[in-house]
Amino acid sequence: MPASTSQKVSLWRRLTDWGATGFAVLAAILVIVPLLAIFVYLVIKGIGSVNISFLTQTPKPPGELGGGMANGIVGTGLILAVASVIGIPLGIGSGIYLAEYGRNRFGDLIRFTADVLNGVPSIVVGITVYSLIVIRQKHFSAFSGGVALGIMMIPTVARATEEMLLMVPNVIREAAYGLGIPKWRTTLSISLRTASAGVITGCMLAFARVAGETAPLLFTAFGNQFWNLKLNQPTAALSLQVYTYAISPYDDWHKQAWAGSLILIVLIVGAVAAVRITTSRGRLKGA
Amino acid sequence: MGVGIEVRGLNAWYGKNQSLKSIDMTVPANHVTAVIGPSGCGKSTFVRCLNRMHETIPEARAEGSVKVGEMDVYGGGSDPVEVRRRIGMVFQKPNPFPTMSIYDNVAAGLKLNGFRHRKQMDELVERSLKLSALWEEVKDNLHKKSGASLSGGQQQRLCIARALAVEPEVLLMDEPASALDPISTSKIEELIFQLKQHYTVVIVTHNMQQAARVAELTGFFLMGSLIEYDKTEKIFTTPADKRTEDYVTGRFG
Repeated sequence: MPASTSQKVSLWRRLTDWGATGFAVLAAILVIVPLLAIFVYLVIKGIGSVNISFLTQTPKPPGELGGGMANGIVGTGLILAVASVIGIPLGIGSGIYLAEYGRNRFGDLIRFTADVLNGVPSIVVGITVYSLIVIRQKHFSAFSGGVALGIMMIPTVARATEEMLLMVPNVIREAAYGLGIPKWRTTLSISLRTASAGVITGCMLAFARVAGETAPLLFTAFGNQFWNLKLNQPTAALSLQVYTYAISPYDDWHKQAWAGSLILIVLIVGAVAAVRITTSRGRLKGA
Repeated sequence: MGVGIEVRGLNAWYGKNQSLKSIDMTVPANHVTAVIGPSGCGKSTFVRCLNRMHETIPEARAEGSVKVGEMDVYGGGSDPVEVRRRIGMVFQKPNPFPTMSIYDNVAAGLKLNGFRHRKQMDELVERSLKLSALWEEVKDNLHKKSGASLSGGQQQRLCIARALAVEPEVLLMDEPASALDPISTSKIEELIFQLKQHYTVVIVTHNMQQAARVAELTGFFLMGSLIEYDKTEKIFTTPADKRTEDYVTGRFG
């Protein structure tokens, strides 16, 4: 009975198809749930304390109500700018080396080092920068905080760049060589450009990962109750202020810590989204 | 205008495997010369040696003398980048730059070599796309569409335009139609026929009918050696060598 057999098969197939799709959807939902839960909880706890003065004022002394984390928001921006200026070019540069020139033992060594650096606890990076820069300069600074975060960005950016460049088909490079384009030009203007979407994603991942780091800033940027825009002065950071406020005994500070966390998350999401929108604007049809 | 090619005692290796054995061949200017032979006979390696693309593969090397016009390709002080600028190449699979617009694909060889005159560049791009018979199909979307959005046959003509835009003297084509359907293939063949007015064309092909249709001269390669090289008509009707005859009559390969 061929007809009934084929119907049986199709029923079985429909069931497995349904089961597999259901599992995939369930897994996707389970991944989103923690993220949404954190965000919703932050909004519930923090939104009440987010107001104009929180966004424009510096902290008030303990016991006085009000005040804000404006200096922390600006400080975080300053430290992250320094970190990006250090981490992104160095990371992309070493990624290019690994992908285009690093098929040898030296390349393997760098790859191994990058993977180990990726696993080094952030507090260890902080202590290292403390002893290398802060002790020598004899003061805490936004610069040293940026260096610590920048170092943490390098391995992520480097490995992402390498992986993305390796995905660029070799026929694309050959096409460029065939036009008489030198290798350095081919690497920068053809290979890196072809891989740019993935490289940018890697940079954003690294950026988002270090943006909320607290430990490496404890003895580098150190924190500051007042405004500071100088790179060589102790500087406030949102993550540090959240930490300080959260372990304080004051109820008002606890509320502000929630608000600070919320602002930090919103700023990170905003920065990543802004980069995505600006880099995808020039995309061509069918690219 | 095209220039002739003189190959003398060309040897090529991949690591320890010798893939070309002392090839001598003279390719006349402004003609289409076909290179045929079974898979692995060295015909692709041969054309890749003419513009020093062979050596971009790790552990690959070549020795011998190749003269393209006045240029000594393997002479001391010759720069492979400069060689490739003067000898264009079209590959087996269409390989447009995927993130670039149609215009930027054609202009890539000029732009990335520091050419900056906007007006002249516009003219060169238009001329190259007209030469490769793609202009009418893409002229409204030059800056809007990516090179990768075109069909396979259009992509290959885009790659030909890209190679022509840098104004080479010789055009090497490594099985340019093997990945295309018959209609696209006939367009490319028609194009090759037109191109010989301006360029010297060397085309590698698996397809013997194609060699017979487009080429005045044909060389038959077997196991890294050039077995026979003569007028296409002679190769396909009265070949001098038994092995050539066996191949063109379909007895092997």
